[in-house]
Amino acid sequence: MIELTGTWLVPGSLSGEILRLDSPLSFWGGFDARTGRIVDQSHPQSGSSLTGKVVAMPGSRGSSGTPGVLGEALRLGTGPDALVITKPDINMVAGSIGAAALYGTTCPILLVDEATFDVLGTGETVTASSERDEAQ
Amino acid sequence: MRIELDEQEQRWLSGADGAAMALAMQLMVAAADVSGATRFVQIEMAHINSCHYSGQMSLDFAEFLLAEGATLSVPTHTNASLISCSSPDVRPASATPETVANAERVMDIYEELGCSSMWSCAPYLQDEGRATFGQQIAGSESNAVGFANSALGARTNKYGDMLDMAAAMLGRVPYAGLHTDEGRRATDVLDLSGLPESTLADPNFPHLLGCILGRRVVTGIGAVVGIESIDEDGLKAVAAGAAAAGGVELFHIVGVTPEAPTLDAATQGVAPKAEHTVTEADLVEVMDMLTSASGDEPLRAVCVGTPHFSITEFAHVVEVLDGRRVSEGVTFLATTSRAVANELSLRNLDRVLAEAGVHVVLDTCTYYPPHPSGVDGLTLTNSAKWAYYGQGLLEVPIGFTSLERCVESAVAGRWV
Repeated sequence: MIELTGTWLVPGSLSGEILRLDSPLSFWGGFDARTGRIVDQSHPQSGSSLTGKVVAMPGSRGSSGTPGVLGEALRLGTGPDALVITKPDINMVAGSIGAAALYGTTCPILLVDEATFDVLGTGETVTASSERDEAQ
Repeated sequence: MRIELDEQEQRWLSGADGAAMALAMQLMVAAADVSGATRFVQIEMAHINSCHYSGQMSLDFAEFLLAEGATLSVPTHTNASLISCSSPDVRPASATPETVANAERVMDIYEELGCSSMWSCAPYLQDEGRATFGQQIAGSESNAVGFANSALGARTNKYGDMLDMAAAMLGRVPYAGLHTDEGRRATDVLDLSGLPESTLADPNFPHLLGCILGRRVVTGIGAVVGIESIDEDGLKAVAAGAAAAGGVELFHIVGVTPEAPTLDAATQGVAPKAEHTVTEADLVEVMDMLTSASGDEPLRAVCVGTPHFSITEFAHVVEVLDGRRVSEGVTFLATTSRAVANELSLRNLDRVLAEAGVHVVLDTCTYYPPHPSGVDGLTLTNSAKWAYYGQGLLEVPIGFTSLERCVESAVAGRWV
């Protein structure tokens, strides 16, 4: 179990299995909110399911539909449990905050440095908490 | 929260002006925190994507804004919708009744909120949506962001769903990233000088350049050197391809785009992080990536107008058609805006295109589901963006080729 620390873009706590994405993902057009799977055929993790995972990824890219599609996946319960990213990303943050406001869902987003991201392999178990970070 | 709020901003955040303005302010404060901004900057215009129905959440957000008294602070234009008001048969309600009904409701709500009824991904093709040099705006759709920043020299980050409306409602965004001078500095150089003149002049080239730029710089800012001219339709193609294949929101083309009279101006005198040389092999690789068809499939459709076609692109179609008709059995869809359609009508080109079997479709695009009618087998496009997304979203064999070849193939009834 790896204990992560970083900068909380959306505070909360996370605990679970990592799915590592090796390149940024365009949620709109690259991810199907109904199935929770990556459909961008040129993405290295094409076909992978984000559902219930702590998704470690460099960030989002491409279409501006990212907040809406991420939020829709959170509404449907097909989305990630939490996101661990290496580049500040206002669009994923907006998806998480918007879905929280409309549906009461949670999807904490933690920003980590490249060195931390490098050791996050798919299948690793991680834990992190903004409350714990604040207490320290 | 690092950013200091003025009285009005505090009032919005408190909920005194309704829950919609409060959520908008909450989103903008979060955006400011994420981007490290210490102040907001006023914007003069917004182009929003929230109005594009992408699931129940789009509708729930729109209904929330309407019920909670959202108001706009700046002229706000709408991106392309999921559906076409002029051509409902392209995504018929009979096939996906709930989706079409929800998309219609979302369109109605944004118009009721006071947005203009532009419904186009190419706002820059009409005066009211064309930002000016140095203007601070909020853009959303990825090609429109790239074009406004790069070709026009306006200033925006890419504000996705909800953030775009938050910006339009509040009339301000965090002063960070591409809104600032230093945020616009080229990080990468892309050198085209090894390519022959004939390659640079090929009509596919801007689309391919966009994809290569996207793949090489990903979310960086590229300065392209080694090409003397590229017209506005070409810049539109670069912007669309670079945003689809990467996450490019600004690029400079030295000697062409307004912030890059010289390479030194584009890099602001700072040494770039990386230099990339573009070769013929790179172009071949991207061509292959954009084509999923074997070429033996029967031709079913031609889709052009991603981003929305300009009047010059339509004129080119008419010129290549030269009085000939699209073959029976081939669906030819050309997407554009109401404003460009109006121009077509004034020039009497709408009739010419209709008689030739070219279906001009307004308000929407054709590379995403629900499946546009007729796009049910081998589809040709001249748009790298269409080809890139269509492969994952439509699951039909796709051929990427020039506009001229698209038209010739449509006439011949097979991919030529």
